[in-house]
Amino acid sequence: MKERFLNGYNDFVLPFMIGMAFILIYIVIGVFRVIMQLPREDRKKYLLSLITPWILWYNIRDIICDVLLHVKIWKRKPLLGYMHSSIAFGWFMLIVLGHVETFLYTPSRAGLFYYPIFFRFFVMETNHTVRGSFFFFLMDFFLLVVLSGIALAMFKRIRSQVLGMRRTTKNSLPDRIAMYCLWAIFPLRLLAEGFTAGISGGSFLTKSVYWLFSNFLSNDYHIIPTWWAYSSVLGLFFILLPFTRYMHIPTEAFLITLRNAGLKVRHQTKGYAKSMIYSCSSCGLCLDACPMGVQKKNLKYSSVYFIRFLRRGNKKKCEEIADKCLQCGKCVAICPVGVDSCNLKLANRANTPFNIGQSYQYLDEVESLKPAAIFNKPSAQKDHTNIMLTQYPSDLYGKVLYYAGCMTQLTPVISSSVSAILDKSGIDWSYLDKEGGICCGRPLILAGRTKAAEEVIQKNKKIIEESGADTLLVSCPICYKVFKENYALNGINVVHYTQFIDSLIKDGKITLKKGEEKLVFHDPCELGRGSGIYKEPREVLSALGELVPAAKEKEESICCGGSLGSLTLSYEERGHITDSSIENLTANSPQTIVTACPLCLKTFSARSKTPVKDIAELVGSNMQ
Amino acid sequence: MIDFGYTLSPSSAENLDKIDPTLFRELCEVEPDAKKCMACGSCAASCTAGNYTTMNLRRVILLLSRGLDSQALPQLKNCMLCGKCHIVCPRGINTRHLILSICKTYNLDKQ
Repeated sequence: MKERFLNGYNDFVLPFMIGMAFILIYIVIGVFRVIMQLPREDRKKYLLSLITPWILWYNIRDIICDVLLHVKIWKRKPLLGYMHSSIAFGWFMLIVLGHVETFLYTPSRAGLFYYPIFFRFFVMETNHTVRGSFFFFLMDFFLLVVLSGIALAMFKRIRSQVLGMRRTTKNSLPDRIAMYCLWAIFPLRLLAEGFTAGISGGSFLTKSVYWLFSNFLSNDYHIIPTWWAYSSVLGLFFILLPFTRYMHIPTEAFLITLRNAGLKVRHQTKGYAKSMIYSCSSCGLCLDACPMGVQKKNLKYSSVYFIRFLRRGNKKKCEEIADKCLQCGKCVAICPVGVDSCNLKLANRANTPFNIGQSYQYLDEVESLKPAAIFNKPSAQKDHTNIMLTQYPSDLYGKVLYYAGCMTQLTPVISSSVSAILDKSGIDWSYLDKEGGICCGRPLILAGRTKAAEEVIQKNKKIIEESGADTLLVSCPICYKVFKENYALNGINVVHYTQFIDSLIKDGKITLKKGEEKLVFHDPCELGRGSGIYKEPREVLSALGELVPAAKEKEESICCGGSLGSLTLSYEERGHITDSSIENLTANSPQTIVTACPLCLKTFSARSKTPVKDIAELVGSNMQ
Repeated sequence: MIDFGYTLSPSSAENLDKIDPTLFRELCEVEPDAKKCMACGSCAASCTAGNYTTMNLRRVILLLSRGLDSQALPQLKNCMLCGKCHIVCPRGINTRHLILSICKTYNLDKQ
């Protein structure tokens, strides 16, 4: 091993160093700004999370899995996963090995940024020593890995379908330039190391390139220009980075630490949101996921373009897309970076000014809505988890308060079925809003009217807590989500009726006749992706008939199109979504589509040829 | 005056030539569904807020189209945006967006 140059410097490192310095300063300032933009309590939470051992462990695990190995993409599309992880992990290993080599062979140069990157230029080594050939082989191997990823990336531009993507994002000009830079970096590195391999040595890849070119480009004058080209492209890529989609490479790790600290989106562009915007890789997986994509003209409302406009500060476009979104959450569920675009859109809605605000003072005057004890003796608070199932079955549920909600009032079949089931099971229960009640507040949150929602929530909360109930039973996933997340009901268990029926069956409080009917279950957005309930409704349906799968289900289920989340989507556009959702559900020709949301029931019933039923209706009519 | 058991009420006729339709036109541009309403009243019948107040979307649309903004707008303050009217509307009017658009376009204080 020998250093080729005493001063360990050549002018060609300058472009790289300029780019590197620029991007490092940019990132440091960016991180500082994001942290300063966080509200005080969030900042405290974040800084604390950085010294909490288990959060640190999650951070490290997530950074390795998501940033380097891209496990999430592997799970969905293996070839696409390979493309990403080969570039990310391969590049990472090239950098790490470069540093290892520098530390081992030339510790005196360890402080130089450029030395590990251009190590082959500065240091000669023969591959006859074991240590030398080992590193040569590893470096060439990882270069090959990266090159294979780059080849796939180029191929993806021509035929994205092969890699499992029907549509890809339209790139902006800086994106395209940066992309060509990225494509050029590693072939140029191969060339540069190849030309130098005659002097500095190399392994299977670089030596081969050297032998190949030495036949017709047989002088060493090519060495310096190719190193210049390599360094320039690297430098250009780093300088372009902040203005392109590739900014996600350095910022994703930062986003992971923010997310693991448990922060919430409070503004659509500031703080936590800012790190999300920069972490969006514009990969376009959300294009295929978005239910609105069924109409090609609506592809422009996908999350990827929303984030792009947020980044560019185009308020008009942001508002247009934010108001269009169905809030079904599918793009968030499949996002490999974990950008919570739904909440960004809600924040955008919440920050839209209105001339007329809502206020609900009038609800205080209504006699039937005055908080009062509905159950005779409020029972003491119980720890539900510690009660043996077989021992006190009637106590397990306590006093059940049924809140049907607005939507269920329009689908009386659900409320009457739930009532019948409750009567049959012999539980002490009461119907809260039989004569009409107050909205749960979720529709207001979805419309961005958070202040008005808070007013409604406080009113409902008082009524429910005063009632003396132990369990709040809801039959609408929209209500369920808001009761779970925004109410913080003191000592009251909130359950969705699918969970409730499932446990009634398991405890033997009701028995069902199992039929031969082929059923398919539609996961309502707010119940599935919104609240993570997938298992219980399926278990109930398995007790009723034969459950057949839909083409896409659980996290990937398609919104029914009736969602309250969208503000501006027209009746006709919703119809197209409903049709595509029905097509997805009927892929395995079920006899009945079953859902667990009054809104989905209404929406499907209007357009489906296959009969649509609510899960409670099926249970109610099949009780023994 | 002799009490006949009934009185004359002032005329409720509106001179449509005298109203300023700018805001309503603006509203129709933002949400064209405003013109779709056939005044069936399904929205009012199902309304959560209408259960306790005078909130009546059918009436709001009618009043706004006639330029009687000051009578229409206070009703909107009661709306909980629950979306029942959206589901029941036989004309498929995007009622929630219509209400939000009114809240954005019109201004209560200027009436």
